[in-house]
Amino acid sequence: MNGRLTITVDGRRIEARAGQTILEACQDAGVYVPRLCAHPKLSVYGSCRVCTCLVGGRATAACVQPVQPGMVIENDSDRVLEIRRTIIEMLFVEGNHFCMVCEKSGDCELQALAYRFGITHPRFPYMFPERPIDAGHPELLLDHDRCVLCGRCVRASAELDGKSALGFAGRGLRRRIEADGPRGLAGTDATGDDTIAEVCPVGALLRKGTAYRTPYGRRRYDHEPIGGDIDAPCGEAQEDR
Amino acid sequence: MAGKHTRPRVATCSLAGCFGCHMSLLDIDERIFELAELVEFARSPIVDKKRFDRRVDIGLIEGGCCNEENVATLREFRRHCEILVSIGDCATAGGVPALRNDIPLAECLAEAYVGGPTVHNPGGRIPDDPELPLLLDKVYPAHEVVRIDYFLPGCPPSAEALWQTLVALLEGRPLELPYELIKYD
Repeated sequence: MNGRLTITVDGRRIEARAGQTILEACQDAGVYVPRLCAHPKLSVYGSCRVCTCLVGGRATAACVQPVQPGMVIENDSDRVLEIRRTIIEMLFVEGNHFCMVCEKSGDCELQALAYRFGITHPRFPYMFPERPIDAGHPELLLDHDRCVLCGRCVRASAELDGKSALGFAGRGLRRRIEADGPRGLAGTDATGDDTIAEVCPVGALLRKGTAYRTPYGRRRYDHEPIGGDIDAPCGEAQEDR
Repeated sequence: MAGKHTRPRVATCSLAGCFGCHMSLLDIDERIFELAELVEFARSPIVDKKRFDRRVDIGLIEGGCCNEENVATLREFRRHCEILVSIGDCATAGGVPALRNDIPLAECLAEAYVGGPTVHNPGGRIPDDPELPLLLDKVYPAHEVVRIDYFLPGCPPSAEALWQTLVALLEGRPLELPYELIKYD
C-alpha cells in the first residue's frame, strides 16, 4: 500500500494518502468540500457539520473522518447538498446575522456559503437570541451575535498564539465563546497581532480599525463563489421557493 | 403573464423598510420607460395609488412587519396578488428594524422615549395615540406572516437584480439570477 489508497467521490476514483481526512483528500484532488470550522492551520474539530458528506450512505463530517481504502463518498448529490444547505440556514437563524451592517460582509465565509448555495432566505423562523458584545479590548472586537461557534479562535489562540485567551462556556443554545477571566477579552493576554481574528470565518472576532478597507465589488466573494479556487461552483441559480 | 388585461399589473409597498429598495428600483435608469411600457402600476407609492381596485399579477414587498398595520397591508397584498416577491433584507430577514428583536419591546420604548441620552420628554409619556399602529413584539420577515413566492435579498437588491427578477417573472421564465446578483448587503 505504501500509504496510498483509493476512494471514490461522486463516482470518481481519487488517490489519497493514509491518515488524510476526506476533506483533505478531496481538496488535493480538486474537489471542494464546503466547511466552516475546518482551517488548514488548525487541528480538526468537527463542530459545524457543513462538510457533511455521505460515506456508504451515512452522514459523516468530512473534516474529521480519515479516509479508508475503498470508501464510497457522496459529496455533490442532491441529498448531501440539501443537508448542507439546511445546516447553513440553521446557522443563520440561530445567531443574529445582520449582513447589511457587518464589517465582514463580502469577506465572510458563512455568507459566502449561503451565496454559493443560492440561499435567498432561511426556511426556519429566526431565533433572534440575546447575545452580548465584548468591545472592551483596545484592538479586538468580539460580537457574539455573529458567532457560529466553530471554535477556530479557541484553537488558534492555543495552537498558533500559544495562549488560552478564549474557550467555550455553556451548553446547548447557551454555548458561547468566552474570554479567559472575568474582564472579557480586555482581561486576557490576546493582542491585535494574534491570529484569532484572522481565522474567524465570520464577523464575530474582528481587529478594530480595519473595517471597510475594501470597496464593494473588490471583496473576496463579490464575484467568485467560495471554493471556486478549488473546483467549479455547484450552482448559481436562485431557488424558486 | 397570461391575463385578460393588456399589461400585467405590479403593486409595491414598503412596510418596515426605508424605501431604499424602491430607490434601487428607480436605479434601473432609462429602463424605467421600458418598465412603464411593460407593466401597469397598481397600488404603489411609485404612482401614489393607495388602494387595490382589482387583482394584481406581481406584488413587491419591501420591509418586514414591525406593527399591526404592516401585517394588515401585507395580508392585503397576499389577497390581491398572484405572485408575491420579498424584496430586500428587511422583507427576507427583518433587516435593520429587527436589530431590536433581542431587546424586550418595553425596553426599546423606554430607551427611545424616556431614558435615552438625547431624549427630552419631561412627562415621560410613551406615544399611545390610538391612531398609531400597535408595535409587534418583534419585527417579522414577510414570509413568517404570509406565503411568499420569491425572495430577492440585498440591502438593497441592486437595480440589475430587481430588473432581471421583474422581467423573468413578467415573461414567465424561471428566476435564475447570476451569482453576483444575490447579495445580502
